[in-house]
Amino acid sequence: MATDTSATPAPDAAIAGLDKLDGVPPQDKRHLGERAWAAAWPKLLALVLALALWQLVYLTGFKHDVLPGPATTLQDLWSQLHHALLWQAIGTTLRRAVIGFALALVIGTVVGALVSRIRPLRAAVGSLITALQTLPSIVWVPFAIILFGANSSAILFVIVMTAAPAIANGLIAAADYLPPLLLRVGKTMGLRRLSLYRYVIMPATLPGFLGGLKQGWAFGWHGLIAAEIVVIIIGQPSLGVLLTSDQDQTDMPGAISVIIVILVIGIVVDLLFNLINGRVRRRWGVAENAA
Amino acid sequence: MSIEARRVEPVAVTPVTAAGPAVQISDVSKTFGRGDTALLALDQVSLSVAPGEFVCLIGASGCGKSTLLSLVAGLDQPTSGEVSTGGRRVSLMFQESALFPWLTAARNVELPLRAVGMPAAQRRARVAELLDLVHLSAFADKRPHQLSGGMRQRVALARALAQDAEILLMDEPFGALDAMTRDLLHEVLEGIWRRRELSILFVTHEVREAVRLGDRVVLLSSRPGRVIGEFPVEFDRPRGMDSAQTVELAIKIKARLREEVIRHGN
Repeated sequence: MATDTSATPAPDAAIAGLDKLDGVPPQDKRHLGERAWAAAWPKLLALVLALALWQLVYLTGFKHDVLPGPATTLQDLWSQLHHALLWQAIGTTLRRAVIGFALALVIGTVVGALVSRIRPLRAAVGSLITALQTLPSIVWVPFAIILFGANSSAILFVIVMTAAPAIANGLIAAADYLPPLLLRVGKTMGLRRLSLYRYVIMPATLPGFLGGLKQGWAFGWHGLIAAEIVVIIIGQPSLGVLLTSDQDQTDMPGAISVIIVILVIGIVVDLLFNLINGRVRRRWGVAENAA
Repeated sequence: MSIEARRVEPVAVTPVTAAGPAVQISDVSKTFGRGDTALLALDQVSLSVAPGEFVCLIGASGCGKSTLLSLVAGLDQPTSGEVSTGGRRVSLMFQESALFPWLTAARNVELPLRAVGMPAAQRRARVAELLDLVHLSAFADKRPHQLSGGMRQRVALARALAQDAEILLMDEPFGALDAMTRDLLHEVLEGIWRRRELSILFVTHEVREAVRLGDRVVLLSSRPGRVIGEFPVEFDRPRGMDSAQTVELAIKIKARLREEVIRHGN
């Protein structure tokens, strides 16, 4: 019998060699400054273009009596930024946003987890959750005011009703795409119920869940501002209240300033979500999919 | 050293050692669905694996190999018949590594130890030992996407071993690897099997791989899956995939497989 080279004992050296050849290509390790710039310049360019377009419309004289140009508006915004009122309003609105979103997070997660795991419950309320998500946020305002009166509870209720369905739906969709093989592996390891949830289902659904959170935030933010425009609480200035009073005084530069503030908050929150998303994507090795 | 093909019909009977078999599959049938559309996946399959024995299961597509492993792993119940592992711990390995993408190699291996509540210090030592066993100590902190296919399968093997199983069920674990990597993993697996005295039920469609690794090669028919032959592999280890003896027996087994496929054509 001829000696068989593929059966040589001690495969260690050969394995080490293969592993070296299979080596992982180095990752893109740019500095924080470089990455921040790469993320910032398209946004800055878009901002400059938007301002230029606005100035152009202003120069055509369209609605000249009520529509101010960027210069007037930015001056107005600058002076508002030097007054406590705007900052108080931002504080009130953000506090409501955080509390409302936290409530929606808890409720949406619990409902999503239950509905995704319990078949009859899924059949019963699965489409209802999607329907709730398509409901315009403003329809909850009258309901909330009648239920709680014109106060902060009514506003929080609107946030929860708009944000929680999106969060629950994100979790349900993520659970639907859970690879069955990973569940099988978890079960053969002896993971059951809660431990299966903790070690397999929760981390596996994290990316989809984050998507749901982002959507929930967007819906909740809509609902919050809409509710604040209607629910005016004396002595509690909010961004919605500022918009309403600008409307009452036909103060267009003031109104546009508040809209800009709302947009900027939206962009900052979006950046935060992207930061978390990027971290998760890198862990999972799907960061290359990002454009 | 004689190469002898023993054909047993319709049911393979294997000698049972004094300690009793590690895996005993008795008259197991499995039907999926009901009524007219019901599919008989396994038909009266009987098979046993002795403690420390390496059995390779081979068959054309649709022979219910994977179904059989699920039954042994306790992930599914047979429609009739009985599967027993005598209370031994069983772990499974698949063609895909099925590693958890959010965990590093070390954490993947550690998870089964967490599941049984092993203290952290003990876990660290076990993980280090297991990674060393599959020659991956240098890659402990890498995530699955940073590893090659062969490395991922080695992590999966270490994770399966972490479950302290006496029985290892393997479903085409090296099917997606290049030939060189696969040959090396055969050596790694053979070494671990010997040292740990594991009982292995190994499904493959690669006949030479079955001959290379198995103490016995069991042939399943297709639709329904039925044991139609059994070939003890009696020449010495370590064997080569390309040695004359391996090839000679593989040709015999392939001929038998072909008969089975032709039977379906008629």
